[in-house]
Amino acid sequence: MSEKVLMKGNEAIAEAAIRSGCKLFFGYPITPQTEVSAYMSKRMPQVDGLYLQAESEVAAINMVYGAAAAGARVMTSSSSPGISLKQEGLSYIAGADLPCVIINIVRGGPGLGGIQPAQSDYFQATKGGGHGDYNLVVLAPSTIQECVDLTYKAFDIADHYRVPVMIMGDGMLGQMMEPVSFPEHDDSVSFDKSWACDTTGMKRKKNIVNSLYINPDELETLVWERQKRYDLITENETRAESFFCDDADIVLVAYGTIARVAMNAVKKARAMGIKAGLIRPITLWPFPEQEIADIAKTAKSFLSVEMSTGQMVYDVKLAVNGKCPVEFYGRTGGVVPVPQEILDKIVEISKKL
Amino acid sequence: MQKEFIISGFGGQGILFIGKLLAYTGMKNDYQVSWLPSYGPEMRGGTASCNVIISDDAIGSPLVTEATEVIAMNGPSFVKFEKSVAKGGTLYYDSSLVQPTPTRDDINYVGVEATKLATEMGMGKLANMFLVGKVLKESKVFELDVVFEALKGLVPAKKPELYDLNKKAIEAGANL
Repeated sequence: MSEKVLMKGNEAIAEAAIRSGCKLFFGYPITPQTEVSAYMSKRMPQVDGLYLQAESEVAAINMVYGAAAAGARVMTSSSSPGISLKQEGLSYIAGADLPCVIINIVRGGPGLGGIQPAQSDYFQATKGGGHGDYNLVVLAPSTIQECVDLTYKAFDIADHYRVPVMIMGDGMLGQMMEPVSFPEHDDSVSFDKSWACDTTGMKRKKNIVNSLYINPDELETLVWERQKRYDLITENETRAESFFCDDADIVLVAYGTIARVAMNAVKKARAMGIKAGLIRPITLWPFPEQEIADIAKTAKSFLSVEMSTGQMVYDVKLAVNGKCPVEFYGRTGGVVPVPQEILDKIVEISKKL
Repeated sequence: MQKEFIISGFGGQGILFIGKLLAYTGMKNDYQVSWLPSYGPEMRGGTASCNVIISDDAIGSPLVTEATEVIAMNGPSFVKFEKSVAKGGTLYYDSSLVQPTPTRDDINYVGVEATKLATEMGMGKLANMFLVGKVLKESKVFELDVVFEALKGLVPAKKPELYDLNKKAIEAGANL
Protein backbone atom coordinates (compact mmCIF):
# COMPACT_ATOMS: atom_id res chain seq x y z
CA MET A 1 0.00 0.00 0.00
CA SER A 2 1.49 3.32 -1.06
CA GLU A 3 1.62 6.43 1.08
CA LYS A 4 -1.56 8.47 1.15
CA VAL A 5 -1.81 11.40 -1.24
CA LEU A 6 -4.45 14.08 -1.59
CA MET A 7 -5.97 13.78 -5.04
CA LYS A 8 -8.97 14.78 -7.11
CA GLY A 9 -11.26 11.96 -8.23
CA ASN A 10 -10.45 12.67 -11.87
CA GLU A 11 -6.71 12.43 -11.23
CA ALA A 12 -7.07 9.32 -9.07
CA ILE A 13 -8.97 7.50 -11.83
CA ALA A 14 -6.30 8.45 -14.37
CA GLU A 15 -3.43 7.30 -12.14
CA ALA A 16 -5.25 4.06 -11.30
CA ALA A 17 -5.78 3.38 -15.01
CA ILE A 18 -2.07 3.79 -15.68
CA ARG A 19 -1.24 1.44 -12.81
CA SER A 20 -3.72 -1.05 -14.30
CA GLY A 21 -1.57 -1.19 -17.40
CA CYS A 22 -3.60 1.18 -19.53
CA LYS A 23 -1.13 2.52 -22.08
CA LEU A 24 -3.52 4.27 -24.43
CA PHE A 25 -5.88 7.13 -23.72
CA PHE A 26 -8.04 8.89 -26.28
CA GLY A 27 -10.21 11.76 -25.14
CA TYR A 28 -11.59 15.18 -25.67
CA PRO A 29 -11.84 17.76 -22.87
CA ILE A 30 -15.13 18.62 -21.19
CA THR A 31 -15.97 19.97 -17.74
CA PRO A 32 -16.11 18.44 -15.12
CA GLN A 33 -13.73 15.61 -16.17
CA THR A 34 -10.98 17.54 -17.96
CA GLU A 35 -8.44 16.68 -15.23
CA VAL A 36 -8.53 13.06 -16.45
CA SER A 37 -7.24 14.21 -19.83
CA ALA A 38 -4.82 16.71 -18.30
CA TYR A 39 -3.35 14.10 -15.98
CA MET A 40 -3.07 11.53 -18.77
CA SER A 41 -1.30 14.02 -21.02
CA LYS A 42 1.33 14.50 -18.31
CA ARG A 43 1.72 10.89 -17.16
CA MET A 44 1.35 8.79 -20.32
CA PRO A 45 4.68 9.89 -21.85
CA GLN A 46 6.40 8.96 -18.55
CA VAL A 47 5.24 5.34 -18.86
CA ASP A 48 5.82 5.04 -22.63
CA GLY A 49 2.09 5.26 -23.16
CA LEU A 50 0.11 7.38 -25.56
CA TYR A 51 -2.16 10.28 -24.76
CA LEU A 52 -4.05 11.60 -27.72
CA GLN A 53 -6.55 14.43 -27.76
CA ALA A 54 -8.87 13.46 -30.57
CA GLU A 55 -10.68 15.92 -32.82
CA SER A 56 -14.01 14.92 -31.26
CA GLU A 57 -15.62 12.44 -28.90
CA VAL A 58 -16.76 10.38 -31.89
CA ALA A 59 -13.17 10.08 -33.08
CA ALA A 60 -11.95 9.26 -29.57
CA ILE A 61 -14.32 6.32 -29.07
CA ASN A 62 -13.45 4.91 -32.48
CA MET A 63 -9.75 5.13 -31.62
CA VAL A 64 -10.64 3.16 -28.49
CA TYR A 65 -12.43 0.65 -30.74
CA GLY A 66 -9.29 0.22 -32.84
CA ALA A 67 -6.91 -0.03 -29.91
CA ALA A 68 -9.16 -2.53 -28.10
CA ALA A 69 -9.34 -4.63 -31.29
CA ALA A 70 -5.55 -4.73 -31.26
CA GLY A 71 -5.66 -6.13 -27.71
CA ALA A 72 -4.49 -3.04 -25.83
CA ARG A 73 -5.75 -1.86 -22.45
CA VAL A 74 -7.42 1.39 -23.45
CA MET A 75 -9.59 4.05 -21.87
CA THR A 76 -11.55 7.13 -22.79
CA SER A 77 -13.22 9.69 -20.59
CA SER A 78 -15.89 12.33 -20.96
CA SER A 79 -18.93 13.90 -19.37
CA SER A 80 -22.60 13.57 -20.30
CA PRO A 81 -22.87 15.36 -23.67
CA GLY A 82 -19.60 13.79 -24.78
CA ILE A 83 -20.76 10.36 -23.66
CA SER A 84 -23.88 10.79 -25.81
CA LEU A 85 -21.61 11.31 -28.80
CA LYS A 86 -19.76 8.08 -27.98
CA GLN A 87 -22.87 5.87 -27.95
CA GLU A 88 -22.55 4.59 -31.52
CA GLY A 89 -18.97 3.55 -30.86
CA LEU A 90 -19.93 1.86 -27.59
CA SER A 91 -22.58 -0.22 -29.35
CA TYR A 92 -20.02 -1.32 -31.96
CA ILE A 93 -17.44 -2.12 -29.28
CA ALA A 94 -20.00 -4.21 -27.38
CA GLY A 95 -21.05 -5.87 -30.66
CA ALA A 96 -17.44 -6.73 -31.44
CA ASP A 97 -16.88 -8.16 -27.93
CA LEU A 98 -14.05 -5.80 -27.10
CA PRO A 99 -12.81 -4.78 -23.65
CA CYS A 100 -12.29 -1.13 -22.76
CA VAL A 101 -12.99 1.33 -19.95
CA ILE A 102 -15.12 4.45 -20.31
CA ILE A 103 -15.32 7.17 -17.68
CA ASN A 104 -18.45 9.32 -17.38
CA ILE A 105 -18.22 12.17 -14.88
CA VAL A 106 -21.86 13.13 -15.11
CA ARG A 107 -23.14 16.71 -15.32
CA GLY A 108 -26.66 18.09 -15.56
CA GLY A 109 -28.60 17.57 -18.80
CA PRO A 110 -30.29 17.16 -21.20
CA GLY A 111 -28.52 18.85 -24.08
CA LEU A 112 -25.49 20.84 -23.03
CA GLY A 113 -27.26 21.19 -19.69
CA GLY A 114 -24.89 22.52 -17.05
CA ILE A 115 -21.55 21.60 -15.54
CA GLN A 116 -22.61 20.81 -11.97
CA PRO A 117 -22.95 17.24 -10.61
CA ALA A 118 -25.85 15.02 -11.69
CA GLN A 119 -26.90 11.37 -11.98
CA SER A 120 -29.28 11.85 -14.86
CA ASP A 121 -27.32 9.55 -17.20
CA TYR A 122 -28.39 6.43 -15.28
CA PHE A 123 -30.78 5.22 -17.98
CA GLN A 124 -28.25 5.88 -20.71
CA ALA A 125 -25.53 3.98 -18.86
CA THR A 126 -27.53 1.01 -17.62
CA LYS A 127 -30.21 0.52 -20.26
CA GLY A 128 -28.16 0.68 -23.41
CA GLY A 129 -27.54 4.18 -24.66
CA GLY A 130 -26.53 2.83 -28.02
CA HIS A 131 -28.60 0.43 -30.13
CA GLY A 132 -28.92 -3.32 -29.90
CA ASP A 133 -29.00 -6.00 -27.22
CA TYR A 134 -26.03 -5.10 -25.09
CA ASN A 135 -25.05 -3.90 -21.65
CA LEU A 136 -22.20 -1.94 -20.20
CA VAL A 137 -20.93 -3.00 -16.82
CA VAL A 138 -21.43 0.20 -14.80
CA LEU A 139 -19.44 0.87 -11.63
CA ALA A 140 -20.35 3.73 -9.28
CA PRO A 141 -17.62 4.81 -6.83
CA SER A 142 -18.58 7.01 -3.88
CA THR A 143 -15.14 7.96 -2.53
CA ILE A 144 -11.85 8.83 -4.18
CA GLN A 145 -10.32 5.63 -2.80
CA GLU A 146 -13.11 3.68 -4.43
CA CYS A 147 -12.37 5.49 -7.72
CA VAL A 148 -8.95 3.84 -7.58
CA ASP A 149 -10.16 0.41 -6.50
CA LEU A 150 -12.94 0.26 -9.08
CA THR A 151 -10.68 1.48 -11.88
CA TYR A 152 -8.35 -1.46 -11.18
CA LYS A 153 -11.41 -3.71 -11.16
CA ALA A 154 -12.90 -2.20 -14.34
CA PHE A 155 -9.96 -3.22 -16.53
CA ASP A 156 -9.99 -6.77 -15.18
CA ILE A 157 -13.74 -7.18 -15.68
CA ALA A 158 -13.43 -5.75 -19.20
CA ASP A 159 -10.64 -8.14 -20.16
CA HIS A 160 -12.09 -11.18 -18.41
CA TYR A 161 -15.54 -10.96 -20.01
CA ARG A 162 -14.56 -9.01 -23.17
CA VAL A 163 -17.01 -6.21 -22.45
CA PRO A 164 -16.86 -2.41 -22.20
CA VAL A 165 -16.98 -1.21 -18.58
CA MET A 166 -18.12 2.26 -17.56
CA ILE A 167 -17.13 4.05 -14.38
CA MET A 168 -19.85 6.55 -13.61
CA GLY A 169 -19.15 9.36 -11.17
CA ASP A 170 -20.53 12.84 -10.91
CA GLY A 171 -18.90 16.25 -11.08
CA MET A 172 -18.51 16.37 -7.32
CA LEU A 173 -16.56 13.10 -7.25
CA GLY A 174 -14.38 14.21 -10.14
CA GLN A 175 -13.52 17.57 -8.57
CA MET A 176 -13.17 16.79 -4.89
CA MET A 177 -9.96 15.72 -3.17
CA GLU A 178 -9.60 13.04 -0.51
CA PRO A 179 -6.65 11.04 0.76
CA VAL A 180 -6.04 8.05 -1.42
CA SER A 181 -3.51 5.26 -1.62
CA PHE A 182 -2.69 3.09 -4.57
CA PRO A 183 -2.58 -0.59 -3.66
CA GLU A 184 0.03 -2.65 -5.46
CA HIS A 185 -1.60 -3.65 -8.75
CA ASP A 186 -1.78 -7.39 -9.27
CA ASP A 187 -0.11 -7.80 -12.66
CA SER A 188 0.14 -11.58 -12.37
CA VAL A 189 -3.32 -12.26 -13.81
CA SER A 190 -3.20 -12.60 -17.57
CA PHE A 191 -6.11 -12.53 -19.96
CA ASP A 192 -6.64 -14.40 -23.18
CA LYS A 193 -6.14 -12.02 -26.07
CA SER A 194 -5.69 -14.62 -28.78
CA TRP A 195 -8.62 -12.99 -30.58
CA ALA A 196 -6.81 -9.66 -30.97
CA CYS A 197 -5.93 -8.17 -34.33
CA ASP A 198 -2.28 -7.71 -33.57
CA THR A 199 0.34 -9.10 -35.86
CA THR A 200 0.02 -12.76 -36.94
CA GLY A 201 3.78 -13.08 -37.26
CA MET A 202 2.91 -15.33 -40.24
CA LYS A 203 2.26 -18.03 -37.64
CA ARG A 204 -1.51 -18.11 -37.39
CA LYS A 205 -4.64 -17.28 -39.33
CA LYS A 206 -5.67 -13.66 -39.21
CA ASN A 207 -8.22 -12.59 -36.62
CA ILE A 208 -11.24 -10.53 -37.57
CA VAL A 209 -13.01 -8.06 -35.28
CA ASN A 210 -16.42 -7.16 -36.59
CA SER A 211 -19.95 -6.34 -35.52
CA LEU A 212 -21.72 -6.96 -38.85
CA TYR A 213 -23.57 -10.26 -39.26
CA ILE A 214 -25.99 -10.32 -42.17
CA ASN A 215 -27.32 -13.79 -41.43
CA PRO A 216 -29.97 -13.46 -38.67
CA ASP A 217 -29.36 -16.95 -37.28
CA GLU A 218 -25.68 -16.26 -36.93
CA LEU A 219 -26.32 -12.88 -35.27
CA GLU A 220 -28.91 -14.35 -32.92
CA THR A 221 -26.51 -17.07 -31.83
CA LEU A 222 -23.80 -14.52 -31.09
CA VAL A 223 -26.17 -12.22 -29.19
CA TRP A 224 -27.37 -15.11 -27.01
CA GLU A 225 -23.82 -16.21 -26.38
CA ARG A 226 -23.02 -12.70 -25.23
CA GLN A 227 -26.12 -12.77 -23.06
CA LYS A 228 -24.70 -15.83 -21.29
CA ARG A 229 -21.62 -13.80 -20.46
CA TYR A 230 -23.86 -11.04 -19.10
CA ASP A 231 -25.52 -13.68 -16.91
CA LEU A 232 -22.10 -14.70 -15.63
CA ILE A 233 -21.25 -11.08 -14.89
CA THR A 234 -24.52 -10.72 -12.99
CA GLU A 235 -23.69 -13.83 -11.00
CA ASN A 236 -20.08 -12.95 -10.25
CA GLU A 237 -19.70 -9.19 -10.25
CA THR A 238 -22.83 -7.68 -8.68
CA ARG A 239 -21.86 -5.54 -5.72
CA ALA A 240 -23.62 -3.45 -3.11
CA GLU A 241 -23.02 -2.25 0.41
CA SER A 242 -25.71 -2.01 3.07
CA PHE A 243 -25.85 -0.12 6.34
CA PHE A 244 -28.30 -0.53 9.25
CA CYS A 245 -30.60 -2.64 7.07
CA ASP A 246 -31.16 -5.57 9.46
CA ASP A 247 -33.93 -3.86 11.41
CA ALA A 248 -34.66 -0.96 9.05
CA ASP A 249 -38.24 0.11 8.35
CA ILE A 250 -37.26 2.68 5.74
CA VAL A 251 -34.46 1.64 3.39
CA LEU A 252 -32.81 4.31 1.27
CA VAL A 253 -31.17 3.33 -2.00
CA ALA A 254 -28.53 5.73 -3.30
CA TYR A 255 -25.29 5.43 -5.24
CA GLY A 256 -22.12 7.45 -5.74
CA THR A 257 -21.58 10.63 -3.76
CA ILE A 258 -25.31 10.89 -3.00
CA ALA A 259 -25.06 7.68 -1.01
CA ARG A 260 -22.78 9.64 1.34
CA VAL A 261 -25.28 12.46 1.69
CA ALA A 262 -28.02 9.88 2.25
CA MET A 263 -25.86 8.21 4.91
CA ASN A 264 -25.78 11.48 6.89
CA ALA A 265 -29.58 11.60 6.70
CA VAL A 266 -29.88 7.97 7.80
CA LYS A 267 -27.69 8.61 10.85
CA LYS A 268 -29.76 11.68 11.78
CA ALA A 269 -32.96 9.66 11.37
CA ARG A 270 -31.58 6.93 13.63
CA ALA A 271 -30.73 9.56 16.22
CA MET A 272 -34.39 10.60 16.09
CA GLY A 273 -35.51 7.00 16.66
CA ILE A 274 -36.51 6.30 13.06
CA LYS A 275 -35.24 2.94 11.87
CA ALA A 276 -33.65 3.95 8.58
CA GLY A 277 -31.10 2.01 6.56
CA LEU A 278 -29.15 2.42 3.33
CA ILE A 279 -28.29 0.20 0.39
CA ARG A 280 -25.55 1.55 -1.85
CA PRO A 281 -25.35 -0.18 -5.24
CA ILE A 282 -21.69 -0.29 -6.33
CA THR A 283 -22.56 -1.93 -9.64
CA LEU A 284 -25.46 -0.14 -11.35
CA TRP A 285 -25.41 -2.81 -14.03
CA PRO A 286 -25.66 -5.56 -12.93
CA PHE A 287 -28.07 -4.05 -10.42
CA PRO A 288 -28.06 -5.61 -6.92
CA GLU A 289 -31.61 -6.96 -7.27
CA GLN A 290 -31.16 -9.87 -4.91
CA GLU A 291 -29.75 -7.73 -2.09
CA ILE A 292 -32.72 -5.40 -2.37
CA ALA A 293 -35.22 -8.26 -2.67
CA ASP A 294 -33.82 -9.83 0.51
CA ILE A 295 -34.15 -6.62 2.50
CA ALA A 296 -37.64 -6.03 1.03
CA LYS A 297 -38.80 -9.09 2.98
CA THR A 298 -38.47 -7.13 6.24
CA ALA A 299 -38.49 -3.43 5.27
CA LYS A 300 -41.69 -1.39 5.29
CA SER A 301 -40.74 1.18 2.68
CA PHE A 302 -37.96 2.02 0.22
CA LEU A 303 -36.74 5.46 -0.79
CA SER A 304 -34.62 5.96 -3.89
CA VAL A 305 -32.52 9.13 -3.63
CA GLU A 306 -30.97 10.40 -6.83
CA MET A 307 -29.68 13.48 -8.59
CA SER A 308 -32.21 12.97 -11.38
CA THR A 309 -35.96 13.10 -11.84
CA GLY A 310 -36.14 9.40 -10.98
CA GLN A 311 -34.27 6.76 -12.96
CA MET A 312 -32.77 4.13 -10.64
CA VAL A 313 -36.11 4.10 -8.80
CA TYR A 314 -37.48 1.84 -11.57
CA ASP A 315 -34.79 -0.76 -10.89
CA VAL A 316 -35.54 -0.51 -7.18
CA LYS A 317 -39.24 -1.10 -7.91
CA LEU A 318 -38.44 -4.15 -10.04
CA ALA A 319 -36.25 -5.56 -7.27
CA VAL A 320 -38.76 -4.83 -4.49
CA ASN A 321 -41.39 -6.40 -6.73
CA GLY A 322 -44.41 -4.95 -4.96
CA LYS A 323 -43.49 -6.17 -1.48
CA CYS A 324 -43.66 -2.62 -0.09
CA PRO A 325 -43.98 0.96 -1.34
CA VAL A 326 -41.04 2.54 -3.18
CA GLU A 327 -40.76 6.30 -2.83
CA PHE A 328 -38.49 8.75 -4.59
CA TYR A 329 -36.62 11.92 -3.71
CA GLY A 330 -34.52 13.71 -6.28
CA ARG A 331 -32.83 16.96 -7.20
CA THR A 332 -31.59 17.54 -10.70
CA GLY A 333 -29.96 19.97 -13.09
CA GLY A 334 -26.78 20.11 -11.00
CA VAL A 335 -28.39 20.69 -7.61
CA VAL A 336 -26.95 18.46 -4.88
CA PRO A 337 -29.38 17.53 -2.10
CA VAL A 338 -28.35 18.28 1.48
CA PRO A 339 -28.90 15.76 4.29
CA GLN A 340 -31.75 17.79 5.82
CA GLU A 341 -33.92 17.54 2.69
CA ILE A 342 -33.50 13.78 2.64
CA LEU A 343 -34.18 13.59 6.37
CA ASP A 344 -37.41 15.56 5.86
CA LYS A 345 -38.50 12.97 3.30
CA ILE A 346 -37.63 10.10 5.68
CA VAL A 347 -39.67 11.75 8.44
CA GLU A 348 -42.58 12.22 6.02
CA ILE A 349 -42.49 8.52 5.09
CA SER A 350 -42.16 7.44 8.74
CA LYS A 351 -45.44 9.17 9.54
CA LYS A 352 -47.19 7.02 6.95
CA LEU A 353 -45.91 3.70 8.34
CA MET B 1 -12.76 16.18 16.03
CA GLN B 2 -15.20 17.31 13.37
CA LYS B 3 -14.32 20.65 11.78
CA GLU B 4 -16.20 21.89 8.76
CA PHE B 5 -14.89 24.86 6.82
CA ILE B 6 -16.28 27.03 4.07
CA ILE B 7 -13.57 29.20 2.52
CA SER B 8 -14.62 31.80 0.02
CA GLY B 9 -13.43 34.91 -1.77
CA PHE B 10 -12.21 36.16 -5.13
CA GLY B 11 -10.42 33.85 -7.55
CA GLY B 12 -6.71 34.61 -7.21
CA GLN B 13 -6.76 35.17 -3.45
CA GLY B 14 -5.57 31.65 -2.76
CA ILE B 15 -8.94 30.45 -1.47
CA LEU B 16 -8.54 26.91 -2.75
CA PHE B 17 -5.00 26.78 -1.36
CA ILE B 18 -6.23 27.60 2.15
CA GLY B 19 -8.52 24.59 1.86
CA LYS B 20 -5.80 22.41 0.45
CA LEU B 21 -3.43 23.34 3.28
CA LEU B 22 -6.04 22.48 5.91
CA ALA B 23 -7.03 19.21 4.22
CA TYR B 24 -3.42 18.17 3.60
CA THR B 25 -2.45 18.92 7.20
CA GLY B 26 -5.39 16.82 8.35
CA MET B 27 -4.39 13.93 6.12
CA LYS B 28 -0.77 14.05 7.32
CA ASN B 29 -2.08 13.81 10.89
CA ASP B 30 -4.29 10.79 10.21
CA TYR B 31 -7.64 12.54 10.10
CA GLN B 32 -10.28 11.79 7.51
CA VAL B 33 -10.48 14.79 5.19
CA SER B 34 -12.37 16.01 2.15
CA TRP B 35 -11.84 19.07 -0.04
CA LEU B 36 -14.62 20.06 -2.38
CA PRO B 37 -14.21 23.13 -4.61
CA SER B 38 -16.90 25.11 -6.28
CA TYR B 39 -16.12 24.69 -9.95
CA GLY B 40 -17.39 26.34 -13.03
CA PRO B 41 -16.62 29.35 -15.14
CA GLU B 42 -14.52 30.82 -12.35
CA MET B 43 -11.56 33.03 -13.08
CA ARG B 44 -9.31 35.62 -11.51
CA GLY B 45 -11.62 38.24 -10.03
CA GLY B 46 -14.63 35.90 -10.02
CA THR B 47 -15.76 33.96 -7.00
CA ALA B 48 -14.00 30.91 -5.62
CA SER B 49 -14.94 28.75 -2.67
CA CYS B 50 -14.28 25.35 -1.21
CA ASN B 51 -15.61 23.10 1.53
CA VAL B 52 -13.17 21.26 3.77
CA ILE B 53 -14.07 18.64 6.37
CA ILE B 54 -11.56 17.31 8.90
CA SER B 55 -12.90 14.46 11.01
CA ASP B 56 -12.03 11.53 13.24
CA ASP B 57 -14.63 9.44 11.44
CA ALA B 58 -15.41 8.57 7.82
CA ILE B 59 -16.83 11.61 6.05
CA GLY B 60 -20.35 11.34 4.70
CA SER B 61 -21.52 14.26 2.65
CA PRO B 62 -18.53 16.37 1.53
CA LEU B 63 -20.85 19.37 1.24
CA VAL B 64 -20.65 21.75 4.18
CA THR B 65 -23.98 23.27 5.14
CA GLU B 66 -23.27 24.02 8.80
CA ALA B 67 -19.70 25.24 9.00
CA THR B 68 -17.81 25.40 12.27
CA GLU B 69 -15.60 27.98 10.56
CA VAL B 70 -16.29 30.22 7.59
CA ILE B 71 -13.46 32.24 6.08
CA ALA B 72 -14.75 35.10 3.91
CA MET B 73 -12.19 37.08 1.94
CA ASN B 74 -14.64 39.38 0.19
CA GLY B 75 -17.98 41.07 0.84
CA PRO B 76 -20.20 38.79 -1.25
CA SER B 77 -18.77 35.74 0.57
CA PHE B 78 -19.56 37.28 3.96
CA VAL B 79 -23.17 37.82 2.95
CA LYS B 80 -23.55 34.50 1.17
CA PHE B 81 -22.06 32.23 3.83
CA GLU B 82 -23.02 34.00 7.08
CA LYS B 83 -26.12 31.81 7.18
CA SER B 84 -24.01 28.69 6.71
CA VAL B 85 -22.14 29.12 9.99
CA ALA B 86 -23.27 26.56 12.57
CA LYS B 87 -24.64 27.95 15.83
CA GLY B 88 -21.65 28.83 18.00
CA GLY B 89 -19.33 28.78 15.00
CA THR B 90 -17.10 31.58 13.78
CA LEU B 91 -17.06 33.75 10.69
CA TYR B 92 -13.54 35.01 9.93
CA TYR B 93 -13.29 37.79 7.39
CA ASP B 94 -10.75 40.09 5.83
CA SER B 95 -11.81 43.40 7.35
CA SER B 96 -9.71 45.39 4.91
CA LEU B 97 -11.95 44.12 2.09
CA VAL B 98 -15.23 43.39 3.85
CA GLN B 99 -17.60 45.94 5.37
CA PRO B 100 -19.15 43.62 7.95
CA THR B 101 -22.94 43.55 8.15
CA PRO B 102 -23.52 40.99 10.90
CA THR B 103 -27.12 39.79 11.18
CA ARG B 104 -26.73 36.95 13.69
CA ASP B 105 -26.14 36.92 17.44
CA ASP B 106 -25.51 33.17 17.75
CA ILE B 107 -22.14 33.11 15.96
CA ASN B 108 -18.77 34.80 16.46
CA TYR B 109 -17.30 37.34 14.07
CA VAL B 110 -13.54 37.76 13.80
CA GLY B 111 -12.23 40.43 11.44
CA VAL B 112 -8.58 40.56 10.40
CA GLU B 113 -7.11 43.31 8.24
CA ALA B 114 -5.33 40.59 6.32
CA THR B 115 -4.86 42.22 2.93
CA LYS B 116 -3.83 45.58 4.42
CA LEU B 117 -1.31 44.11 6.87
CA ALA B 118 0.07 41.63 4.35
CA THR B 119 0.55 44.41 1.81
CA GLU B 120 2.32 46.57 4.40
CA MET B 121 4.70 43.69 5.05
CA GLY B 122 5.31 43.33 1.31
CA MET B 123 3.40 40.07 1.16
CA GLY B 124 0.18 41.23 -0.49
CA LYS B 125 -0.45 37.90 -2.17
CA LEU B 126 -0.30 36.07 1.16
CA ALA B 127 -3.28 37.72 2.86
CA ASN B 128 -4.90 34.29 2.77
CA MET B 129 -2.14 32.92 5.03
CA PHE B 130 -2.63 35.80 7.51
CA LEU B 131 -6.21 34.67 7.88
CA VAL B 132 -5.15 31.04 8.20
CA GLY B 133 -2.84 32.03 11.05
CA LYS B 134 -5.67 33.73 12.87
CA VAL B 135 -8.06 30.83 12.25
CA LEU B 136 -5.51 28.30 13.52
CA LYS B 137 -4.88 30.28 16.67
CA GLU B 138 -8.57 30.85 17.46
CA SER B 139 -10.03 27.51 16.35
CA LYS B 140 -7.12 25.40 17.66
CA VAL B 141 -7.79 22.96 14.85
CA PHE B 142 -4.04 22.34 14.46
CA GLU B 143 -0.89 23.54 16.21
CA LEU B 144 1.14 25.91 14.04
CA ASP B 145 4.12 23.53 13.91
CA VAL B 146 1.96 20.77 12.50
CA VAL B 147 0.79 23.09 9.74
CA PHE B 148 4.34 24.24 8.96
CA GLU B 149 5.42 20.62 8.62
CA ALA B 150 2.56 19.95 6.19
CA LEU B 151 3.33 23.15 4.28
CA LYS B 152 6.68 21.65 3.29
CA GLY B 153 4.80 19.03 1.28
CA LEU B 154 2.76 21.61 -0.61
CA VAL B 155 5.41 24.14 -1.62
CA PRO B 156 6.59 23.47 -5.18
CA ALA B 157 10.09 21.96 -5.22
CA LYS B 158 11.21 24.63 -7.67
CA LYS B 159 10.15 27.48 -5.34
CA PRO B 160 11.40 26.54 -1.87
CA GLU B 161 11.45 30.21 -0.81
CA LEU B 162 7.64 30.12 -0.72
CA TYR B 163 7.81 27.97 2.39
CA ASP B 164 9.44 30.71 4.49
CA LEU B 165 7.11 33.38 3.12
CA ASN B 166 3.96 31.37 3.83
CA LYS B 167 5.23 30.43 7.27
CA LYS B 168 6.01 34.06 8.08
CA ALA B 169 2.52 35.13 6.97
CA ILE B 170 0.81 32.42 9.05
CA GLU B 171 2.88 33.39 12.11
CA ALA B 172 2.06 37.06 11.63
CA GLY B 173 -1.65 36.22 11.39
CA ALA B 174 -1.49 34.07 14.51
CA ASN B 175 0.14 36.88 16.47
CA LEU B 176 -2.55 39.45 15.67
